Amino acid sequence: MKILVCISCVPDTTTKINFTADQKEFDTQGVQYIINPNDEFGLTRAIRLQQSHGAHVTVVTVGEVSCEQILRKCLAIGADAAVRIDAHPNDGYFVAKQLEAICIKQPFDLIITGRESIDYNGGMVGGMLATLMQLPYVTQCVGLEINGDQALMQREIDGGNEHSKANLPVVIGAQKGLVEEKDLIIPNMRGIMQARQKPLLVEAPLTIEAKSQIEFYEKPKPRGPVTLFDPSDVDGLLNALQNQAKVL
Amino acid sequence: MAVVIFIETQNGKASKTGLELLSYGRSIAEATSASLIAVIFSDSDTQELTDHGADVIYTVDTATDSNFNLERYSATLSEICALEKATIVVVSSSSEGRYLGPSLAVKTGATYLSNAVALPTTYNPLTVKQSCFTNKGFAISESMSSCTVLSLSSNAFGIHPQPGRGEVKTYPYASTKSKLEVTKVEHAQESISIADADIVVSGGRGLKGPEHWHLIEDLASTLGAATACSKPVSDLGWRPHSEHVGQTGKPVASNLYIAIGISGAIQHLAGINASKVKVVINNDPEAPFFKAADYGIVGDAFEVVPRLIEKLKALKKA
Ligand SMILES: Cc1cc2nc3c(=O)[nH]c(=O)nc-3n(C[C@H](O)[C@H](O)[C@H](O)COP(=O)(O)OP(=O)(O)OC[C@H]3O[C@@H](n4cnc5c(N)ncnc54)[C@H](O)[C@@H]3O)c2cc1C
Ligand SMILES: Nc1ncnc2c1ncn2[C@@H]1O[C@H](COP(=O)(O)O)[C@@H](O)[C@H]1O
Repeated sequence: MKILVCISCVPDTTTKINFTADQKEFDTQGVQYIINPNDEFGLTRAIRLQQSHGAHVTVVTVGEVSCEQILRKCLAIGADAAVRIDAHPNDGYFVAKQLEAICIKQPFDLIITGRESIDYNGGMVGGMLATLMQLPYVTQCVGLEINGDQALMQREIDGGNEHSKANLPVVIGAQKGLVEEKDLIIPNMRGIMQARQKPLLVEAPLTIEAKSQIEFYEKPKPRGPVTLFDPSDVDGLLNALQNQAKVL
Repeated sequence: MAVVIFIETQNGKASKTGLELLSYGRSIAEATSASLIAVIFSDSDTQELTDHGADVIYTVDTATDSNFNLERYSATLSEICALEKATIVVVSSSSEGRYLGPSLAVKTGATYLSNAVALPTTYNPLTVKQSCFTNKGFAISESMSSCTVLSLSSNAFGIHPQPGRGEVKTYPYASTKSKLEVTKVEHAQESISIADADIVVSGGRGLKGPEHWHLIEDLASTLGAATACSKPVSDLGWRPHSEHVGQTGKPVASNLYIAIGISGAIQHLAGINASKVKVVINNDPEAPFFKAADYGIVGDAFEVVPRLIEKLKALKKA
């Protein structure tokens, strides 16, 4: 079985978001990058399938050279091979088309994306890739078992869970619950050493026109100070919620 | 020209977010002199859709397919979009809307822009403000196609009923053979889902253990609210994963968010920031949540919450 895990490199969750003075760009100064958390859950599930089913796990990112440290981390976690498509990820459609090209060149039985990237929150690349390739797609995936040539999946829906099955290949959008937080793999020294020997291929991108572009950014408006009430004065709080904020 | 809206249903009726989409779509239709087309996969009461702004309503009978079906819904919608020459398609930011949007965009050759938080600022080309970095910023994006699929952040626009023409048509459900077979749907017992709730009551590690969750549940049921929790609370197994809110959990965009015993870590705040009014109850005056909240009480949850429940019950009776 061949698995492709699509990795988006995103600012660490603790990052304070700033934009350049002209508001045209995200200010990357001092920003630490991490594996998109949803992708990390997906990668961990893939490594478990490597252990249980002898699957071969390839990680791929569409990004600049600075993303290679993230791919090395994926290799240290246990992926067998890495591919970097050498392009700035202009928009979700652009990324999906680049990933489609990889999947056409080298077929995979299972394609794992994340539910969404925590930077632009598009939640689109997996669904677009699946539609381009006419493959079944389950997002908000919180359960995945492989049974022969079938995938048994669970999707978290608003207020419940939907179970489904499909023949491989399938595309999923991973999130927490696919594996537990405690099952995430922290690379050890041996993993880090081995990662250096594993292949990290750099491929040229296809020429694709992005379908959208960001004109400028805005920061949320600064908020006023909190209004505090004494612990004995819940009446004061309820009164404010009823008559001032008008939310009760 | 047409604006096409996908109306989600709940028990066969248009959902609240569906009505919000109609209000949003109505404003776009007025601004661009377009018709507002609502598509609903049920034979529900169409009067409500007319009252909320639909000029044309397509009802699609899904017969035996009682669950949301990505492939068939998106095939049906893309046919209707082509028929009506849609230039703007709007879906919600719920689980279904965001599942459907990217697929529909690929099928119709449209641009997809997620998490719109306001009306487009221009229509030719279309530009719209989107929330990004999990509400830590906004991007003003331009669509470079003649058709754009937008997902609207829930509660970003509100419901403003304004009637449309209300012409009802039926449309056949796409016969596409689905590659995905739904085998079972489990509905959690939780009465109100976080996505739909006007009020969310959320508990953190400050509650000390699952045995104290009756405080959260009582307060929520008194308010008709959904319950939620911080990430460690779900990691510890005190509450199900589906209640975890924040940057890596569910987003919350309710009118009122009440945080009890939650410190207000940046990852938590990111996910709940789109909520309109935030209340924090925490016994540490230095807790970062106080910097992000509108109202707060510095106090012990085990004293304050029972008092709140009692007062609210009295208010309800009065
Ligand atoms: C990659 C990553 C992603 C993350 N994503 C998320 C996310 O999506 N959502 C999320 O919530 N977290 C997330 N976190 C975790 C986050 O950093 C915090 O650890 C977490 O939000 C803290 O949860 P808490 O406030 O419940 O617990 P704590 O930080 O332990 O805070 C408990 C609070 O309760 C107060 N308290 C204690 N006793 C009482 C009492 N008797 N009465 C009133 N108050 C009391 C304390 O003063 C304290 O402020 C993420 C972390 C990482 C690294
Ligand atoms: N630049 C990228 N390279 C590889 N995969 C990506 C990239 N961007 C997004 N993805 C994948 O698509 C998922 C959804 O991303 P998004 O649509 O950007 O929210 C991510 O979790 C990744 O799995």
